[in-house]
Amino acid sequence: MKILVAISNVPDTTSKIQFTENDTKFNSAGVTYIINPYDEWYALVRALELKETGAATQVTILHVGLTDSEATIRKGLALGADDAVRVDADSSDAFFVAEQIANYAKTNNYELIMLGKETINYNGSSVGAAVAGLLDYPFISLATKLDANGKTLTFEQDVDGGSQIIECDLPLVVSAAKGMAEQRIPNMRGIMAARTKPLTIVAPTAAQALTSIKSFSLNPGRTTCKMITEDNIAELVTLLHIEAKVI
Amino acid sequence: MSVLVYTEINKGQVKKSSLECVNYAAHIAKQLNLPVVALVNNTSGAPLTDIGNAGASKILQANNQAALSDNAIASELIENAAKSENAKVIIFAFDTSGKAIAPRAAAKLKAGLVAGAIDYPVINGTSFEIKKNVFSGKASAVYTILSEVKVISLLPNSFKTVLASNSAQIVDFNPSLTTPLRIKIKEIKSNDSGETAPLPEAELVVSAGRGLKGPENWGIIEELAKSLGATTACSRPVADMHWRPHHEHVGQTGLAIRPNLYIAIGISGAIQHLAGVNGSKTIVVINNDKEAPFFKSADYGIVGDAFSIVPKLIEEIKKFKANQN
Repeated sequence: MKILVAISNVPDTTSKIQFTENDTKFNSAGVTYIINPYDEWYALVRALELKETGAATQVTILHVGLTDSEATIRKGLALGADDAVRVDADSSDAFFVAEQIANYAKTNNYELIMLGKETINYNGSSVGAAVAGLLDYPFISLATKLDANGKTLTFEQDVDGGSQIIECDLPLVVSAAKGMAEQRIPNMRGIMAARTKPLTIVAPTAAQALTSIKSFSLNPGRTTCKMITEDNIAELVTLLHIEAKVI
Repeated sequence: MSVLVYTEINKGQVKKSSLECVNYAAHIAKQLNLPVVALVNNTSGAPLTDIGNAGASKILQANNQAALSDNAIASELIENAAKSENAKVIIFAFDTSGKAIAPRAAAKLKAGLVAGAIDYPVINGTSFEIKKNVFSGKASAVYTILSEVKVISLLPNSFKTVLASNSAQIVDFNPSLTTPLRIKIKEIKSNDSGETAPLPEAELVVSAGRGLKGPENWGIIEELAKSLGATTACSRPVADMHWRPHHEHVGQTGLAIRPNLYIAIGISGAIQHLAGVNGSKTIVVINNDKEAPFFKSADYGIVGDAFSIVPKLIEEIKKFKANQN
């Protein structure tokens, strides 16, 4: 079984969010980029574990993005992926990205496509299901466990009101959520090896973006927190009722 | 032509997020002068009345068990409905199933999707703009959908549902589908007590963190929740230490929620926690550390010991409720 793990390059969780060019672009000045945490901690690490147990033969990282994401891709290789592919294109539209992933997976016979449940920049949770649709593969969403037994995979996934255990045969696409694996830190040997592992750059397949971003704005934060003293808790209940109107 | 809306049933009732979607579809349909067509699977009777009252003029009633367990089949059902009803706009809820189905249906129909919309679209001739949250709620972005058919998934709890008397035409909808059933459900584990609203739909949430010192101290949290009719939640460390079940975890890696009221007790307010709750309408923070970062993101705060404040708060809520009746 060959596994393709799609990773996204995103600003670190604690980054200051600012926009530029009349609020039409994210301002990346001084921002540290990382592998999208759901793609890394859960999808990529579980893929590596499957290779270590012999269930998978190869783990390839696929990234749709421009040259500035190479450090992020090398981090994935340092964690233990065998090789990486960068589709040389901007990645702002989910459908365009899904077309790239689907095309590469199909051309190169990957049976298991893994990614995180969402990216922490656009929060769309859209690419995995779209890839599955384009390939006519089943889609397993929000998986918290994944075990392989030959061509049959067993998952636990979050659903409304609980969770369920399901089975599905390859090929398929899965989105990973917390619980599937634990975060790993690359070791020095991994970091050294990553420098010489193959990173192939491929041209994008023809696909049209179906959405575009017109403008960004910062959401207004809460400006003042009204402090209430412990001996005056009745006031809080009154405020929640009269002022906030939530009870 | 129509505005199509996908609705779902939970425990015999239309999901709250689905009713929000029907209302939302009705708002768009009015602007475009189109009818609202709702698709619903595996139900009959009262839920259909509710979908009509929420604003649908026609209901496609499917009866497909396989679509309930395999999102690829649910997607094909919707693609069929979109074609037969010549849908110009398709609305889903941005919830667990909507996240699995909407992008697939959109990709199949080559229709642009805005996932997690927080406002009505701005439609001007052929221009169709819609706002959604990005960067985990820290910012929002206005998207333009470039395709002819538009797909929107609506962030739950963004709009209040209004029901009015309205009867819809009900039509059987069971087209022949080609997608095989490939997902086999082996076991379902329910964590639904049935007593309170499930966390993603809850309007009132009482949440607690490490400041509670141990799982044995959750009695006051549950009692406070009960006094309000609220659902309980917790921070990530609390779920990781197994003080509380995993499904209660709200935050970046857990559930993102946006209730009307979020009461955070003994939670410092790390950026990852805020990412899951900053969409709440009103936030109350109770913490013994006056420097806790959460106070900067709260509407109301009390500095002090939770073990003395929470019982007083329960007492005041009970008094308030008694006066209301």
